Amino acid sequence: MTPRRPPEPVQVVKQRRDTTLQRLVAGVPYIRFLGIRFERHGDELTAVLPYADMLIGNPAIPALHGGVTAAFLEVAAIVELSWVMIWEDMEAGGTTPAATETAAAPLRRLPKTIDFNIDYLRSGLPRDAYARARVNRSGRRYASVHVEAWQDNRARLFAQATGHFLMPLRED
Amino acid sequence: MTDAPQVPLDPRLIASGQDDRRQADRRLRAAGQFIAMIPHAAALSMTLTEVGEGEATITMPYDDRLVGDPETGVIHGGAVSALMDTCCGAAVMVHPAAGMGTATIDLRIDYMRPATPGQTITARATCYHVTRSVAFVRAVALDDDTARPVASATGAFTVERPAASRPATGTAT
Repeated sequence: MTPRRPPEPVQVVKQRRDTTLQRLVAGVPYIRFLGIRFERHGDELTAVLPYADMLIGNPAIPALHGGVTAAFLEVAAIVELSWVMIWEDMEAGGTTPAATETAAAPLRRLPKTIDFNIDYLRSGLPRDAYARARVNRSGRRYASVHVEAWQDNRARLFAQATGHFLMPLRED
Repeated sequence: MTDAPQVPLDPRLIASGQDDRRQADRRLRAAGQFIAMIPHAAALSMTLTEVGEGEATITMPYDDRLVGDPETGVIHGGAVSALMDTCCGAAVMVHPAAGMGTATIDLRIDYMRPATPGQTITARATCYHVTRSVAFVRAVALDDDTARPVASATGAFTVERPAASRPATGTAT
């Protein structure tokens, strides 16, 4: 058993996690293009898609484009899966150089989508949308992720999806 | 597998070759204008290049803003999904038995390989069966190497039309 470390100061922990998340998200042009950002509470991530006119697919209703919904859910799933993947490495080292490096380096390899299945439950309204993903299974090669999206009410989902992903090869 | 529309053709559509072409041009223009009016389709520079009865082809040029993997420059799967969804929806809208409006019920996308960076992605969708309420569609996404698809999709879409125009026979299941 390794000797117990004294608890880290809260701002050190927060900075490490926020920096890692930032690196994960900011490096992907398409996430920026859609305007998606992530809110973090501990290890729980919520994807936020702020409303923008260019996200509309049916100007008559108006409703969010089905493709935007699909993309938003897929982004939420990939970021959650990557986040779960790097969490332990990030947390293991505390403030050691290895952990700092994990936090500082852009994530080099992202999981690749094998397939993605979207259920459209009701039309997306012209307002902000939120999504939360859950990794149901994550092995060395494959992962299965479920993701739910809502707008005004957490219990009234407007879309949900399940995707399978190919995990990046790990060096160890 | 049935690629032909399941619905009998409107006799008005069966005319001389010249009328067929004129009809097809009109349909392409109308559908093209409709797609151009979709803000998100415009944001992704999608262009409708071909339509048939229950068939549509839409292109999406490569764009640095759509990159999902900065290491490789490969377009994000989400952008391919948006293209597939738009193309499937367009195929429903140009089907003679469906109206000019539809919504996705579900869509499944299989990603076979990364799209080659720098190349335009072309989606072709076929609405292969239509009932009174549901249109079944499949689509494929291709880049320059047309022999190896980038992605394929299958989906179910709503059929929206005025109650009065519903045919008594033929399309109901």
